[in-house]
Amino acid sequence: MIALFFKKTFQDLTNNRFLHSITVVTISLSVLIVSSFALFFTNAGLLLDAWKKGIRVLVYLQADTDEAARLDLNFHLKNLEGVVETRFIARETALAALKTELKDQDAVFENLKENPLPDTYDVRIRPEMSEMQNIARLAQAIAGLPHVADVEYGQHWIGRFSNVVQIFRFAGYAMGGLFVLATLFIVANTIRLVVYSRQDEVDIMRLIGATERFIRAPFYIESVILGAGGGVIGVLILWGAYRLVLTRFETGLADGFRIGFLPPAAVAAIIAGSMLVGWIGCYLSLKQFAKT
Amino acid sequence: MKQTNRRIIQLFHVHKRYGAKTALIDITLNVEKNSFWFVSGPSGAGKSTLLKLLYLGETLSEGQVLVDGMNLARISRSRAPILRRKLGIVFQDYKLIPTKTVFENIALVLEARGMPPRYIRKKVNSVLRIVGMEDRKKSFPPSLSGGEQQKAAVARAVVGDPKILLADEPTGSLDADSAETIFKLLKQFHQRGATVLLATHDRELIKKTKENVLWLQHGRMAAGPRL
Repeated sequence: MIALFFKKTFQDLTNNRFLHSITVVTISLSVLIVSSFALFFTNAGLLLDAWKKGIRVLVYLQADTDEAARLDLNFHLKNLEGVVETRFIARETALAALKTELKDQDAVFENLKENPLPDTYDVRIRPEMSEMQNIARLAQAIAGLPHVADVEYGQHWIGRFSNVVQIFRFAGYAMGGLFVLATLFIVANTIRLVVYSRQDEVDIMRLIGATERFIRAPFYIESVILGAGGGVIGVLILWGAYRLVLTRFETGLADGFRIGFLPPAAVAAIIAGSMLVGWIGCYLSLKQFAKT
Repeated sequence: MKQTNRRIIQLFHVHKRYGAKTALIDITLNVEKNSFWFVSGPSGAGKSTLLKLLYLGETLSEGQVLVDGMNLARISRSRAPILRRKLGIVFQDYKLIPTKTVFENIALVLEARGMPPRYIRKKVNSVLRIVGMEDRKKSFPPSLSGGEQQKAAVARAVVGDPKILLADEPTGSLDADSAETIFKLLKQFHQRGATVLLATHDRELIKKTKENVLWLQHGRMAAGPRL
C-alpha cells in the first residue's frame, strides 16, 4: 500500500507541475531567509567567542609608579584568579609600536613634546574566564590594586556587539516565525487547490469504499516532499551564496576564526522543519474536507 | 428467523426530508438476498434518494435502514467504507475519473482494499472481458461513448464482488441498444449472486421482466411491491 501511495503522489506531482513548482520555490525562499539568519547567528556567536577568547586586559599604570611598585603590582596581578601571564609594556616601547603602526601619519608625532602613553601591563586570561561578567569582575579587582590608573578590556565594543547580536537574534526569531507561518499557509493553500481540483475524484474514491487514510495519504506524502524539496533547495542556495560571497570577508575578523556554514545538525533540522511545516499545512487543509 | 436471515436490505418507516420538503415518506421494504428490484416512479418520486440512503449518500431523517446487518442510523463515518465495500454502485453520469484509464478506474476499487497488484490485474481483466471492454482498457473515459463508459462503470461496480448492486438510472443517458446491453449485464451479475436494485423510470423495461417493483410517487410507496 505504501508503494501505491508514493506512486499516486508522484503522479499528482507530475500532473500539477506548475502549482507544485511555485510552492517549492516559495518554501525554498522562506527557508533561505530563515537559514540566512541562522547562519548569521551561528557565525556571530562563534566570532564573539573568538573575540572573547582573545581578550586582553590592559592595565594602565599611574605616572608616578616606580620599579618596586611596578613589580609589586605584577606579583598581585599574577596571583589573581584567571590570570595566565602578564607582560609589561614600557611607555617608550608602546610609543615606538604606535609610531610603527601609524608610520603613514608621522605628522601626528611631530609636535609631541612628551610621551602621553602610560606604562602598561598586558594581562592574558584563561579561556574559560572569557565570559563578560568574569572579565568585568577581574577588571574590577585589578582596578582596586594600588598604582593602577585604568583598566581596559574592550568592554564597550564587545558588550555592544553582543547586545546587537541579541537584538538581531530576537528579530531573527520573530521573522523566522513569520516566514514559517507564511510557508504553512502557502502549503495549506496548495494542497487545498490540489484537493479542489480532485474533489470529484475524492468523492468517487469515497463511494467505492476507500478509507480516509487511503485518500489522504498521498496528499500528506506530497506535502512532506514539497517541504523537503523547498528545504533542500533553500539550503543549497544559501550554501552557494556562502561559497561565493562570505568567504571573501573572513580574514582579519579574529584570530582562529573562520566563517563556517551551518553545522550538519542545523541543516538537517531546517530540512526536517520544512517537511514538518509541509505536513502541518496539509493537515490544516484536509481538516475541512473531512467534514464534507 | 430463516426469513429474516435472507433479508439483505430492510427499510422501516423511512422518512427523508430536505428542510420543509419531504423526499420520502414512510417507506418500509424488505429486500431478500439475490433478488432483483426495480425502483420506479416519475421524476422527483424519490428513487435516487432511496438509493442514496442505502450507500450513505444521504442521511435518514426518520426510521431505520439495515444493509447486510449494518444499521445505517448508527454507523459512524469511519465505518462508511465498510458498508460501501459491500455495495457496487452504478450512476447515471458514470462517475468515472477522467484522468485515469478504464483499467485504472476499475483497479482503484481493489487498490483501496489493499489487494496485491497481480490479483488486481487478473480480476480487472476478468471483469473487462465480461462487460466487453477489454480492448478499451487503456482508453480514457472522455474518449468513450456513453454506453462504453457505463460498461466501464458497471465493471467498476462489480469488480469487488459486491453483495448488493445499486444502479441509479444507469440507462438514463443511453440509447436503446446501449441501455439493453447495460441491463443485460446487471442481470448477468444478478444471476451470479448479487442483489440488484435498479432505479429507473423506463416502464417498457419493467414490463419486459417479471422482477420485483417498488413504485414511488411523491415520496410514497404508490402500490404494494410486486413479488
